[in-house]
Order: sequence, then C-alpha cells, then structure tokens
Amino acid sequence: MKRYLIILIYFLILFASFTLKFRPGIEMGKNLLNFTIHMMKVLPFAFILIGLFDVWVPRKTIEEKLGKEAGIKAHITAIILAAPLAGGLYVALPAAALLYEKGASIDVVLTFLGASTLVRIPMMIFEASFMGIKFTLVRLAVALPLVIISSLILSKFLRET
Amino acid sequence: MKALWIITVVLLSVSFIKDRKKTFEALKIAVKRFKKLLTDFALLLIMVSIALTILPPEKIFRLLKGPGLFIGSFLAAIVGSITFIPGFISYPLAGILKEQGVPYTILASFLTTMMMVGILTLHMESNLFNRRFAILRNITCFIIAIITSIIIGIVFGEIP
Repeated sequence: MKRYLIILIYFLILFASFTLKFRPGIEMGKNLLNFTIHMMKVLPFAFILIGLFDVWVPRKTIEEKLGKEAGIKAHITAIILAAPLAGGLYVALPAAALLYEKGASIDVVLTFLGASTLVRIPMMIFEASFMGIKFTLVRLAVALPLVIISSLILSKFLRET
Repeated sequence: MKALWIITVVLLSVSFIKDRKKTFEALKIAVKRFKKLLTDFALLLIMVSIALTILPPEKIFRLLKGPGLFIGSFLAAIVGSITFIPGFISYPLAGILKEQGVPYTILASFLTTMMMVGILTLHMESNLFNRRFAILRNITCFIIAIITSIIIGIVFGEIP
C-alpha cells in the first residue's frame, strides 16, 4: 500500500512540475522516460529467457551442477551462466532468485550475482575500449576471486535464513 | 543489447519447434514473474529518475575531478553505490574522466560500485531474497570494490 502511495505522490509532483514548468521536475520526467525505455529494451527479453530456463532446465540438473555438493565447479558454472547476461542488477537479481528456488546453493547464487556485474562479456569489451585492456583485466582478476571467496564466507552467515 | 534480442528470439523459436506447450508455459512464467516485480521496477525507475536529477553525470564529473586520491575514491564509491547509470553512459563518462586526468583508482572505485552495489535495487533484492541477504551482499561488494580500486592504484603506480 505504501508503495502505491509513493508512486502516486511521485506522479502528482511530476504533473505539477510540468504544469508549473518547474525545471528540475521536468528533468526528472525526462530521466524517467529515458530509463523506462532503456529497461523496456532489456526486461521483456530477460524475463522470456528466465521463463524458458525455468521450463527447460530441470530442478535436478540445477541441484547437481549448482547445489551444495557441486563444490568449486558450481562457482565456475555460475560464472559461465552470468557471462552472457545483459542489463544490471535489476536483471541479475530475478535470474538469481530463480536459480535459488531451483536448488542452487546460496554461495553459488552470490557468485552468480557478483559475476553478473563483472564478467558480462559485451560490457567488458565496451569497458576495455574506454579504459584500456589492462584496467579491465586487473579489475576482473582482483574482483572475481574476491567475489568467490566472499560468497563462501557470506553463505555461512546466511545459512539459517 | 542486440545479442540479447537475438539469443531470446532464437531460443524461443527452438523451444517453440520442440514443444509448443512448454513454450507457452515459459511465457506464462515470464509474465507471472514480471508482474510480481512490477511495483519494484516502478519504484526503481522513480528512484533512478530522482537520483539522476540530483546527481546528473555532469555533477558526478565535477565531483570526481576535484578531490585527492583517497577522498576521491571514497566519494566515488558512495556515488557509484547510490546512482544507477547504465554501462553505455557510465563507461564513456569514465573514459572522459580518464582523459581529464582523474586517477584510475577513483574510476575503478566508481565503476565497480556502480555495477556491484545497488542501494536503489535494495528493496527488490530484499523482496526476492531477504533483507539480511541484501544488506550483507551490498556491504561485502562495497568492500570488494574498495580493495579492487586500491590494487588498481598500486598496479597503475598511483599508490606507492
């Protein structure tokens, strides 16, 4: 209920800004439009992929490959799964939630989330073209192992939930 | 982006040829899962539009150009955590900042938190997992980003 109230107030402010020609408010409206368009280019496709993944990949496969017994191999699988992802956390989070529901262990889910922000191949190429290959590779070489190690540690604190 | 569209269309077609019923099932799941997160996405869009209005790229530009290495890196980590700028804007922005002489350390801190830490997606993350998960993961990723930027600084000779 609180959420709908926030959304309602936001649009009232937006409406008022446009009628009163309040510049920051109009700017905010433009940002909203730009971002909505950007997300709409990603989300429908990402969710179709999530749906396909859900019906075609059996729970048993996920449990075997990404479950508690799969060990470090599961983390590598999670990284490979994350690599072709597009968008940002707003796509990776629903995908990670599906993996978790289907039997992936919590540390593997955490690695998947971390990797989805680091190893996305199209983004890496884009980053390297602006920042240089050395920057991109060093960033990856440092952050990725930290993601895996921290996932293993964090999962101990998240066991009970 | 185009790769995502192509992959989706190809896989959807393959799935449709192989099993029509399963494919409709998949589309139903897609709609159901999207609907469940609809208010989360709406809130995210609202917060992003507010954040981008308060902190537009030009302002971030000025903010990261001024201070020294340590304050700059910390500031960059905070800005990266609270804003949400898609890659096609944030990387070119970082590229310009690099040309202007902003240290790699600061840019690594900015880009890494931008991708890994999501204050604006916190409510969605709590919803999909739980609050504890969301908070612990974001704090951990913030620390990872700081460590990464320090090592970038050492590798690029900015931190002795």
